[in-house]
Amino acid sequence: MADVKNNIKSKREPLIHIAKRDDMVWWKAWIIRGIAILTSIIIMMAIALVLANVSRPEYASVSVIVETMYRGVLGRIEEGSFVMLWKYLQEVAILLCLALALTPAFKMKFWNCGAEGQALIGGFGAVVCMIELGGKVPDALLIPIIIVVSILCGAIWGFIPAIFKAFFNTNETLFTLMMNYIATKIIAYYVYIEGGGSHVIAPQKHGNLPNLLNNDYLLNIVIVALLTVVMFVYLKYSKHGYEINVVGESQNTARYIGINVKKVIIRTMCISGALCGVGGMLLVAGTDHTIRTDSIGGQGFTAIMISWLGQFNPFIMVIMTGLVKFLEMGMGKVADNCHLNSSFADIVVGIVLLCVVGCEFFVRYSVKFRRNKKEVKA
Amino acid sequence: MKKLLALLLVAVMMLSVFTACGSKKGNDKAESDLKVGFIFLHDENSTYDKNFIDAAKAACDAMGVEYIQKTQIPESTACYDAAVELIEVDGCDLIFADSFGHESFLMQAAEEYTDVQFCHATGTQAHTAGLDNFHNAFAHIYQGRYLAGVAAGMKLNEMIDAGEFTAEEAKMGYVGAFTFAEVISGYTSFYLGAKSVCPTVTMDVKFTGSWYDEQLEKEAAVALIEGGCKLISQHADSMGAPTACENAGVPNVSYNGSTLAACPETFIVSSRINWEPYFKYIITCVQDGEAIDTDWAGTIETESVVLTDVNTDVAAEGTVEKIEEVKADIIAGNINVFDTANFTVGGETLTSYMADVDYDDAFTPDTEVIENGIFNESKFRSGPYFDLRIDGITLLDENYG
Repeated sequence: MADVKNNIKSKREPLIHIAKRDDMVWWKAWIIRGIAILTSIIIMMAIALVLANVSRPEYASVSVIVETMYRGVLGRIEEGSFVMLWKYLQEVAILLCLALALTPAFKMKFWNCGAEGQALIGGFGAVVCMIELGGKVPDALLIPIIIVVSILCGAIWGFIPAIFKAFFNTNETLFTLMMNYIATKIIAYYVYIEGGGSHVIAPQKHGNLPNLLNNDYLLNIVIVALLTVVMFVYLKYSKHGYEINVVGESQNTARYIGINVKKVIIRTMCISGALCGVGGMLLVAGTDHTIRTDSIGGQGFTAIMISWLGQFNPFIMVIMTGLVKFLEMGMGKVADNCHLNSSFADIVVGIVLLCVVGCEFFVRYSVKFRRNKKEVKA
Repeated sequence: MKKLLALLLVAVMMLSVFTACGSKKGNDKAESDLKVGFIFLHDENSTYDKNFIDAAKAACDAMGVEYIQKTQIPESTACYDAAVELIEVDGCDLIFADSFGHESFLMQAAEEYTDVQFCHATGTQAHTAGLDNFHNAFAHIYQGRYLAGVAAGMKLNEMIDAGEFTAEEAKMGYVGAFTFAEVISGYTSFYLGAKSVCPTVTMDVKFTGSWYDEQLEKEAAVALIEGGCKLISQHADSMGAPTACENAGVPNVSYNGSTLAACPETFIVSSRINWEPYFKYIITCVQDGEAIDTDWAGTIETESVVLTDVNTDVAAEGTVEKIEEVKADIIAGNINVFDTANFTVGGETLTSYMADVDYDDAFTPDTEVIENGIFNESKFRSGPYFDLRIDGITLLDENYG
């Protein structure tokens, strides 16, 4: 009502107004996204050039920065050194695993912001098994125990907020965020007990996942690749996937067609948490063989953006993860070589994500300028 | 739509021009012979790491050597990964890491890359690791602490002369991080320095159980002041103790850099390790193809141990001159900080002591460290191993983490 009144009073059409649109053809949407990416790259380069110019002028050119980024991600691949490529794929795999884990919950419009905590607690489960049972149980038995415990820990961390959401309709965003803090503090306490004077748990010898083809990262990468396909099929072709969709669209519709909404919420969050637990387990048992409070390093939050950017499609998410990690590692290298603070990489990734996510606004809404000046006079 | 397209085209053109300019510039970049890679636990925001970062920059700039730094590297496989990246991608010939917990991961890389030199500050394992390319380094920082102790003792004397308290009441307080040799060696040398000019001095020590905890350090300092301590020093990285001293108006001897700006009324002097000489030494070694010492401990003579300017507003008169005098005596060998004639343990002068020098989990004493009446700190390995509880110092608590 107020809007109508205002319009009549002012007589004039506002200079800019925003209208919802749902008719944008796909290629136009991609042009907008392309412009957003281009803009963010220009901003990113501009910042990098300015900062590099201050600390290392010899690095302040686009080609050197691009080359440095390339080195940071792929290393000296042309000289037959694949160390960095594997590291890159490993980083992509872990982030993708968390993004995959979040996706079913997001599709259900359950905003699980707790991937960080769910992954940490999964890793915690693994490290506790490694320390408490390592050497007492043969590795062949210990590894399955670790897998089960990690998955259970993650699932429990998803189950708790889901119960409260399903029965008391609590706000899941805040709840899952709180669970992150609890997970971090549990690990801080455990590291305090087990870590000794330097407050670091030394890498454990027992309960490490086996190396495929003598490569530290290959097993993780293969597992996450399989999970990507499974998640795609699960969401698109399974009955569960369908139920998740319906609950996400409208809980009333879901109830009407006989879907047990509470059950779907709880089941989906258990899966979400369990997959995060797998991510934590891959990191702890697969690569690090130890845990710290910052083992996940904020990737649980980046995963939210990845899932969103990938429009909940696991295969698009692969591309998005690849891009984000490319930026992060590449800009990390620029920061190292130009003697910039290591937060530089995070800032750049933040700017790019802001541009890319922000551009979705222009995909969904059209911005209309006041067209005819004569109309105003009339 | 047309406008948009035009804009897009302009943007693309601008970018390509940028790139074209850039590549020309990039090719001119000089290829340097030696590259050094630094691995730091935190970044410039930590006083501990800043001390290393500043020294790395100063040393590499002075010698015209290119260096690459990786900051925020935790004490985990991330340290190994960082070393591998510095070698494989950047072609570094020399790697340095600054945190105690980096050691085992750096050794892992040293085993794989035998033609690269690895140097590690504060570590303890190089002399037993059997790796030609892995080295430890530290400094005879106790010399600096001793000098700072002299300044503290002179301040106490001044306060005694002014009638603020009696000579028997001259008690100092010390806030330590952990009850480890590194800290014990530090506070004992500080105490001995003070005792050399103020014979009646005693000292209370409290431990926080953390290298950086502003609140705990502040609380410990306040407790010491309330317990009758007339002067405070510390071995922990935050501003906790200096701030508590400034609030209470109690003189403070600081560590790892001047706290003069924040504490103008109470700051006396501060000692720190200067890593620049070590960095220059290892760079020269690699350039000349010479072997780096397995254990290197810089001294006050090599300027690896330095003191800040004395705050003459607070310090006793003649402190600057006295410090110079004692410093000259230390360099000349006339004064040995841990001369067994200067301290007793349980009322007795020591003639023999087995210290835990070789690394093992059980901290087994393994090496005789007293020779000719002198406890030889940082001789058998660079990292400190003086862990005696000498008379005159009271430990109010203990904390092993």
